[in-house]
Amino acid sequence: MKIKTAVVLAMLVLSPCARAEEVQVAAAANFTAPMKAIAAEFEKATGHKAQLSFGGTGKFYAQIRNGAPFQVFLSADEDIPAKLEQEGLAVPGSRYTYAVGTLVLWSARPDLVDAKGEVLSRGAFAHLAVANPKLAPYGAAAMETLDKLGLTSTLQAKFVQGENIAQTHQFVTSGNAELGFVALSQVMKDGRISSGSAWIVPADMHRPIRQDAVMLAAGRNNAAATALLRFLREPGAVAIIRSYGYRL
Amino acid sequence: MLNAANLAAILLTVKLASVVTLLLLLIGTPIAWWLANTRSWLKAPVEAIVALPIVLPPSVLGFYLLVAMGPHGPVGQFTQALGLGTLPFTFTGLVVASVFYSLPFVVQPIQNAFAAIGPGLLEAAATLRARPWDRFFTVALPLARPGFVTAAVLGFAHTVGEFGVVLMVGGNIPGQTRVVSVQIYDHVEALEYGQAHELAIVLMGFSFVTLFLLYAFNRRATMLSA
Repeated sequence: MKIKTAVVLAMLVLSPCARAEEVQVAAAANFTAPMKAIAAEFEKATGHKAQLSFGGTGKFYAQIRNGAPFQVFLSADEDIPAKLEQEGLAVPGSRYTYAVGTLVLWSARPDLVDAKGEVLSRGAFAHLAVANPKLAPYGAAAMETLDKLGLTSTLQAKFVQGENIAQTHQFVTSGNAELGFVALSQVMKDGRISSGSAWIVPADMHRPIRQDAVMLAAGRNNAAATALLRFLREPGAVAIIRSYGYRL
Repeated sequence: MLNAANLAAILLTVKLASVVTLLLLLIGTPIAWWLANTRSWLKAPVEAIVALPIVLPPSVLGFYLLVAMGPHGPVGQFTQALGLGTLPFTFTGLVVASVFYSLPFVVQPIQNAFAAIGPGLLEAAATLRARPWDRFFTVALPLARPGFVTAAVLGFAHTVGEFGVVLMVGGNIPGQTRVVSVQIYDHVEALEYGQAHELAIVLMGFSFVTLFLLYAFNRRATMLSA
């Protein structure tokens, strides 16, 4: 009996916050690494717990429309959060841009991509991996960049499409495509590109890849959801987001 | 009703499934025959390897096929040495991946059909001086016919329904690797639900008819042999 009491007391003392709540988060696949780091900090700072699911934004939209229990949505674009708000599935006024994606032309080979991306016009490669422009904002940005360079029709036959940016990265990192347009966040660690060779596409080559966060209707009365959306804008979280190569 | 892109995806899928089924019958028959007749200790491990794709998640299988067939993988090194380049992102690559993925669905029904014949009839044929090849083609094959029909239909249907593997090794190239399942997924992701429904209905109708014919045929075959 004494031991039981001691255990219960210990649990009460050790639990970081008596009113800790849990928030279910649906986050864009490209935001996986920074979000894991941020969630750890968030739990330490507030005592709330963030349950993370990562995936494609279109799939999350379908799931949210059909009653998925997510309370916070970190989209890979700005259109779908706006659409959710219009449809009454998100809390009006809770929307903001939590990250701006940076596009990079990347190869796993250390010598292939030059600092100006001229490798594209030389065309000495068999496959160029691009995320499906219809589905992935990074894919759309890649196509805008190629359009601006006037290379879309020349390179058309060399495109291989990943269904999202994670798969596109897989094509390049496995060497099946010599190079591809991926998210800087995927190849950057601790503020620098960790392997291969890359051309960081200048911001004026395509429309900004704004990634918006929104509170979903299910999160309205959840303290953890409110806290997380606030936490993502605080300097600590912003520093983590920047360290993965997002412009913000 | 169907637009050009959806139609192209359907035609590609039918082409892929046909080529794969044909290859699977050619490859699967000797494997099934061996498995049905051998007493070797290798039987269990080979059966387990053939059945692996049933257990492995398709995206996992697809990922390792992508790595294996890539420029640094063992299969990729081999195809490059032959001057064929690498297989991912090509129709041939999809065929190879699908053969592997659908193998158990073809081998198992044929193996069961061969096993059900039993040694009696083949031994009787042998006493009538039928050579081994002769016994195989004139006794075993005709008796195992229902097994072959099941195998062909399942192999075909399973290839039509495959998604994770194709997604991983395909690269979503129109006319090359963009099959129906990938196209439906694209439509859903792009919120083009109308187009997704259209293709899904075609796929469902096709699957129903295929399976219906299979069961109707099997019933008739059982009644005839009874």
